Amino acid sequence: MVESEVFIVERTHGHDALVLGDGEVEPAGVTPSSHDRHEAIVAAAMSPVVETPRWWWPTVVVLAAVVLVGIVAWVVQLADGLGVAGYNDRAFWAIYEADLVAFIGVSYGGAVVSAILRLTGATWRAPLTRIAEATALVTLPIGMLFIIPHLGSPWKVWELVWPPYWNLSSPILWDFFAVSTYLLATAVFFYLPLVPDLPIASKFLGRRSGFHTTVLRAIYKVLGGSWEGTPDQKRLLHGSIGLVAIMVIPMAVSVHSVLSFAFASSSRAGYMETIFPVYFVVAALYSGVALVMLAVAAGRRLFHLEAFIHPRHLVRLGFVMVAFGAAYLYLTFTEYLIDGYSGTTDAAAWVREILVGRYWVPFWFYFVAAGVIPIMVMAIKRTRNAKGVTVAAGLVVFAMWVKRLVIVIPPASEPVVRSSLSAAGTAGTWGTYHFTWVPISITIAATAAIPLLLLVLFRFVPILPIAEMEELGAEETAKSETASHGGGR
Amino acid sequence: MTDEVLGRRRFLHGAALGAVGLAGVASLGGVIEASSSAAAGKSPGTAVTAKPVRQWAMVIDLRYCNGCKLCTAGCQAAHDLHADQTWIEVFEMQNAAGEKYFMPRPCMMCEDPPCVPVCPVSANFRTEEGLVLVDQNRCVGTRICMNSCPYQARYFNWSAPRPVPRQPFPQEPSWPVPQVEGTVGKCIFCAAMLPSGQLPECVTRCPMGVIYLGDLTSDVAVNGMGNTVKLSKFLEENDAVKFKESYGTHPRVFYIPGHGQDLDADATGS
Repeated sequence: MVESEVFIVERTHGHDALVLGDGEVEPAGVTPSSHDRHEAIVAAAMSPVVETPRWWWPTVVVLAAVVLVGIVAWVVQLADGLGVAGYNDRAFWAIYEADLVAFIGVSYGGAVVSAILRLTGATWRAPLTRIAEATALVTLPIGMLFIIPHLGSPWKVWELVWPPYWNLSSPILWDFFAVSTYLLATAVFFYLPLVPDLPIASKFLGRRSGFHTTVLRAIYKVLGGSWEGTPDQKRLLHGSIGLVAIMVIPMAVSVHSVLSFAFASSSRAGYMETIFPVYFVVAALYSGVALVMLAVAAGRRLFHLEAFIHPRHLVRLGFVMVAFGAAYLYLTFTEYLIDGYSGTTDAAAWVREILVGRYWVPFWFYFVAAGVIPIMVMAIKRTRNAKGVTVAAGLVVFAMWVKRLVIVIPPASEPVVRSSLSAAGTAGTWGTYHFTWVPISITIAATAAIPLLLLVLFRFVPILPIAEMEELGAEETAKSETASHGGGR
Repeated sequence: MTDEVLGRRRFLHGAALGAVGLAGVASLGGVIEASSSAAAGKSPGTAVTAKPVRQWAMVIDLRYCNGCKLCTAGCQAAHDLHADQTWIEVFEMQNAAGEKYFMPRPCMMCEDPPCVPVCPVSANFRTEEGLVLVDQNRCVGTRICMNSCPYQARYFNWSAPRPVPRQPFPQEPSWPVPQVEGTVGKCIFCAAMLPSGQLPECVTRCPMGVIYLGDLTSDVAVNGMGNTVKLSKFLEENDAVKFKESYGTHPRVFYIPGHGQDLDADATGS
């Protein structure tokens, strides 16, 4: 780990390390003028908006087709009942519940990269924040939508938002409140830093014409409001962003805590765990950072942002990810150890089934793919690069979804009626969840919807936070100048 | 809104009970306590004897269960259930000596039912007669009640219900026939039959007289063979237990253990 610290320190002390320069890209010692830099940032940020690469339409069509298949699958489920999704009374919660947790979970990356890095003053975050916040904005509604296939009677979903029917003692209702509040905060958190970029984007469009440009101008005008960039406005905006950044963190924590209550508010071994809220929040942060890394890596490559997003950005995110990953591994260890060692008959049986019983394959897959490999990738110097951490992030996102299955399915399938009337009862029979094409199609559709919505979103908003990058870039330059003039070392 | 709906239901229950009474059991009930029921639905002036509020309970005498599962079959026929919807399920158990015995498990009709508070749309409720019922027209199918039930007593309608030729009562929580697709169903103690003095299907179908329907208010219980016992005495003398008492659910189903015990005990109280 000493290696890695040196690695970070070296890079951050580079002259223009944070926004533009990187020994790998820019010739050493050349600092572009601030005007050139502004132009470069704007051009890069707006390129996904104004340019349509050759791959764009085919990709969008394929992704949309995948989403369509998912919708068809859902219609089939609607017609034939939830049974076609492989559920039964002895496996009453399974893939949709895992999807709900996993997709809402990956939206946490936005909160982390933006809010936490913002509040801790990590200026290197600048070029990543828009992509991170957009990922959150896109994944959260997708996750929320999983309530629809999850419900047995989705046509009655309105009852959940119909106050006279509310049962305030139900964890599901708390979920509903927490997630909707968080969605609102996420939208605000995406919007506020966007405001100063809108006039710049509008100006960039210049005298272009065409339907797309007209729509864009109208959107920018409406969303931009009366922003002129006066000092008062800037102060107000900064204050607001800071406030939302502070608020979004406890909100994010509350969402997954409350989500875990829906499971934990029972007497089932494996669900009734006091560790659950923390466990869920850390899992969400872990997979969330991983998804942001994938989005950043893809955006960097597809929209040629290499000049602004450097391999070291990904590596730094990799460190953040692996920190959460280690914490999650620790929590998993704690949970299974204590339940297996001192738990009741039910708890011990549940741990046994996961570690060496019917669920050993998915569990050990998680352990290798999201437990061991990410740590190894970051620990070994040869793999600690953009490619390595991106592969690790991809593994983490998938393996954490698998881990959610391991969390959700076993307790919902365990025999809660054992022979409790006598001490040496029968083991009881476990239920079995059968994967079918319906929920798998819906899950793949939801996965495809993430890049699809991001591609569409970045047809409308700059992919880089222009104002923020300039501000932080200037700040950083000033900082390094002070440092060199101060001549301390 | 919620109160209104529940209130109406209680009213209907109360009215039905008041009109018909519980001939089979009530005639044997010794003490009739004054009722505080507000849902009697009787006009003032006629109430010379206060109407008792039944507190339904069940006693399952494990000593006599031979695992024939006729209770399950009768229940499924009466409620037009799918074969895997075992509202009363007969579990095969083993005692400490390794001997096999059977344990029928209906809904425990908990006094503190864990399924009720977790429902986001208040589809689960407990009647003043102590019956935990599901309003399937309200239920959205989150299945969180299946998660919270420690007795595995809840069954979801994963597909369309079986076609129902005729119905003695309209579909409602006390007689949820036919079942509603995409909602949760469970044992109801045949709630709609009780006011007219009919015993639940599982009670009447049991050839061994294992299952007793009881009323804590009048302190009697009766099984399908016509054996009537004084409930409190019967439970006490036979060391009745509740299933998973440590869960704090306070079930109203009592089990009389005793597999391998002397069957000469005063089992039926006759």
